[in-house]
Parts: sequence; C-alpha cells; structure tokens
Amino acid sequence: MFDAINHVLLLLLLALVLYPLVFVVSASISNPSAVLNGEVWLWPKDLTITGYQKVFTNHDILRGYLNTIVYTLLGTGINLVMTVMAAYPLSRKDFYGRNAVTALFVFTMFFSGGLIPAYLLVKNLGMVNTMWALIIPNAVAIWNIIIMRTFFQQSIPIEVQESAQMDGCGNIRILLRIVLPLSLPIMAVMTLFYSVAHWNAFFNALIYLTDRSKYPLQLILREILIQSNMQEMIQTNEESLAKSIMDAESIKYAVVIIANLPVLLLYPFLQRYFVKGMVIGAVKG
Amino acid sequence: MKHATPSTARPRAVTAERSPLVKSLRKNWDLYLLIVPVIAYYIIFHYIPMYGVQIAFKDFIASQGITGSPWVGLKHFERFFDSYYFWRLIKNTLGIGLYELAVGFPIPILLALMINEVRSERFKKTVQTVTYAPHFLSVVVLVGMLMMFLSPQHGIVNLIIRLFGGDPVSFMTEPGWFKTLYVFSGVWQQMGWSSIIYLAALTGIDPQLHEAAKVDGASRLHRIWHINIPGITPTIVILLILNIGSILGVGFEKVFLMQNNLNMESSDVISTYVYRSGIVGAQYSFSAAVGLFNAIINFGMLVIVNFIARKVGQTSLW
Repeated sequence: MFDAINHVLLLLLLALVLYPLVFVVSASISNPSAVLNGEVWLWPKDLTITGYQKVFTNHDILRGYLNTIVYTLLGTGINLVMTVMAAYPLSRKDFYGRNAVTALFVFTMFFSGGLIPAYLLVKNLGMVNTMWALIIPNAVAIWNIIIMRTFFQQSIPIEVQESAQMDGCGNIRILLRIVLPLSLPIMAVMTLFYSVAHWNAFFNALIYLTDRSKYPLQLILREILIQSNMQEMIQTNEESLAKSIMDAESIKYAVVIIANLPVLLLYPFLQRYFVKGMVIGAVKG
Repeated sequence: MKHATPSTARPRAVTAERSPLVKSLRKNWDLYLLIVPVIAYYIIFHYIPMYGVQIAFKDFIASQGITGSPWVGLKHFERFFDSYYFWRLIKNTLGIGLYELAVGFPIPILLALMINEVRSERFKKTVQTVTYAPHFLSVVVLVGMLMMFLSPQHGIVNLIIRLFGGDPVSFMTEPGWFKTLYVFSGVWQQMGWSSIIYLAALTGIDPQLHEAAKVDGASRLHRIWHINIPGITPTIVILLILNIGSILGVGFEKVFLMQNNLNMESSDVISTYVYRSGIVGAQYSFSAAVGLFNAIINFGMLVIVNFIARKVGQTSLW
C-alpha cells in the first residue's frame, strides 16, 4: 500500500517535470501554425525542421553561440586552474595560515559590497565591453574550492605525498604528478559546474557589454524568447506584429533545444560524477 | 621532522624563535606562491568593493573617484527610507523570500524521503535523472518556457482554461500571479537538485536502526518519522540557516526576466531596483546605499538564525 502510493505520487511528479520538456521538443519539430493553434499537445504534428533551419541561418544566434563557446572554454579553464591553486594548499595540514585564508574566502559568501561598487571596480579596470568582464570577476567560486579541498583531503592518501616529499619531490610536482592524476572525478564535476554556469550566465553580459556583436547566446535568447513575448502581451496593435510573432514563434522552440544541446549531451555521462561532487560538498561544507 | 637534520646543528634558541609561519614559508614557499593569485583575486574583486561601499555615505563624483568624493552621512539611506518605493520593495522582497522558503524548502526534503523509499533501483534512477535535469536549464530558457506555456493567446495553459469555458488569464502581466509563478517555477527547476543533499544524508543513516525498528513492529511511516527525519535534521538545519540568511537576497536574474511594466507592483524587488537606479540610472551612491542596506539585513539575519540554532539545537554554521 505504502509502496503503491509512493510510486503513483512519484510517477505524477515525473510527468509534471517531463511534460514541459517533451512539449518543447515536440513543438520544435512541428509546424509553427499547428503549435500556435494549439494542435500540439504532446507529440509533434506536421513534422518540419524549418525552425532549425531558421536558427542556423540567423546570424545573431550563430554569433552568440560562438561567443558563448569562447567565453565558456576560457572561463572554465581559468576557473579550474584557480580552484586547484587555492584548494591544494588549503588541503595541506602543514600549510600554515590555512584557517585564516579559508576565513578570508568564506566571508565573501555571507557579505558583499553589492552590485554598484563591483560595477565601478570593473569599470575602473577598463574591462567594460570586453569579454574579461564576464570571466575575471567570476574567476573562482568559494563553494567549489571547498569541495575540491575536501576531495584532496579525503581521497589522496597523505602518506603517498609524504613519501614523495622524502624523495625530494617539490610541492608543485606532487600536485601535478600525484594529486591531479588521482582527481579526475572531481575535475569532471568542477568542469561541469563551472561550464554550465558560464553557458547559462547573462547578468554580467547584461550590465557590462554594450556591443551587440559580443553578446553571449543567453542575451540573444532573451530577445527571442522573452522580449518578443512581452511585446506580444503588452501591445495591442496586432496587425503589424502578426508576422514577426509567427517568425519568432517558429524558431523559439528550436532555439531552446539548440541552446541546451551541449548540456543535454553531457548530462548522462556526468550524472554519477556530479552527484558525488554534491555529496562531498554537503558532507564537509 | 624530515628536515630536522640541518637544524639540529644550530643553537636551540634560534629554532625556538622561528615562528610557525616562517617555518611553513621555508618549507612550503611554493604552496604560498600557488595561492597568492587567488588571494589577490579575492582582495581585488570582493574586498575592494566592500571598501568601495563607502560611496553609500558619499556623493559620488566620477572625476574625484570613490575616496575623493565628499561625505554626506546617511543622506542616501534617508532618501531610500522615505521614498515611495521603500515599503513596496520590502514587501515584495520579503514576500517572495518567505513564499519561497515555505514552499521551496520542504518539497526537496519530501522528495528525498520519497525517493529513498523506492526499492526498484531502476525506477529510483529514472526519477533522479529526470528531476535533476531542469537544474541545467538557464534562467532565460526557464522564463522563456513559462511565457510559452502561459501566453494568453497560444499558451497551453490558457487553451485548457478555454476548453473548460473559462476566460484566458494573462499570467505574466497579472501582479497577483507573479509570486506564485516565481516560486513554483523554481520548485519545478530545483526540487530534484536540492534533494541530492538530503538523499546523501539519508544514505548515511545506520541500517541497523531500521532493522531494530522493524523487529519492534514499526510501520514504514513510523520509521520515516522516527528514524529518517531525525537522521537528516542536522542537514535540514544547516540549509535552513543558509536559506533564511538569504531571504532578502532574492536573486536578480529570474525576477528581472519575469518583470514587466504591468506586474511591477508585485515584482519589483531590492536587487532589480538597485539595477534600475544604479546601472541604468547611474545614481551610484544612492543605489550602493540600497544595496548595502540589503546586505546588512541579510548578514544580520544569518547571524541571528545561526545564534538561535546554536542555542536550541547543536547544529550551526560556526
């Protein structure tokens, strides 16, 4: 009895989470007018790939996509290097001052100067309207440093490091030759967390970028998915808008799929890693 | 100990004088070199803005810089407290925060308890895979999807309403719907992801407790209530402290994207107000004051809740 109720509730929940996702996929390969007229409920109707064709011939989307790939690769690379550079020393018990440094980092989780001073700083550093404004202010995340430090402490036997030290191996070589090769699972988790954050980010681009050609994908998506819809809802002048709505409608669903494609492809492979990462963070956070 | 050989030759007094920092610096100088860029990052991008927050008490003049601008005391704070927006912002920010806490906090716990009871590994795995997935969607896509589904003309929700003879509702522009949409779309996206921590805590519970309870004839619900929930209480408390500490820190991104002129009355929160008056309107000092007010309240709440948790239970952040 208990099991039956539990299963039914979970199945309902499953449907509730899955339905919007399935609908978007179906709508992306259906005839736009069928979607607009509410003929698509679950499965696609009048199969077509015009939506995808329009996405691939839209210069804004393609350039945004390319920009996002560059920002994500560069940003994630810097994130990983910085995270290791902080996490390894902090994982070592013989690193004097580790508590003070950790406190310095962790305090920023609870208190910050706020948006305006940070904005003025980035402006003074001359990073406005460059991609560095999207990358450098987010160079590392404290939560991830803690996760990685905990992994180093728990999963890399200290004896191995000590015996390497006896053999005259320097700290940097121990890190590169012994610690990092044993840390691939946590590196995978960090890569996932950081790259998804970069891929999905739009706030820094919104406030720091003025040049449209530098816009990341998410800002372009915002124009297509949200701003066009706002107009549709607020303006009553439907005649002139009808065509542009139809245009926007036909690529909306396809562009959502394309935008999430990299994550969707990586997700099944990385699932077991990120659960591990979350657990490490939770236990020792 | 490994490096003891050279130091034994020296007089004892010198060794004793050397502080642990100097000793550690000599031995691990390369580790310090490694962490220096990260420390520099934190000082530049986190602590300098904290120092720069002094513009909240000044009249910022670009040519004079942050330190050169004249002091004006609490002028900007007073202006904010007296402004027409003050109570609206507090009401909305607190309202969304509390609503989110009341609905968004317990649901992942419930979900974790339910998943934990599933015996079929395959079904368990499926539920987890599906419920974690929306976490990876961007805020832009999430809000875009909300608009697709809730559009008054073509959205599927309004099609259903019309099918039953109702009048279509313009959900996204209706102030009354804003908070509910905000909170429940958040639940849809994050409940699976947030349940991971509780699931991990549940696997840490000693199975012998369950065995013993079974022998004593405890039902499944009894065991959940008396074993599982107490078992994850420390985790719940820690996350509750963190959540309450950020109650006024309602995220900018989703509110900003869901906001429009028509629902402003219930969607304007402190962070979007800071953005509008500060970044768009270039009133730096005034917005910095609003932001600082927010940060101080958040920090204060965190400290208070943590204090209470430490007094009442044994769990606390510090």
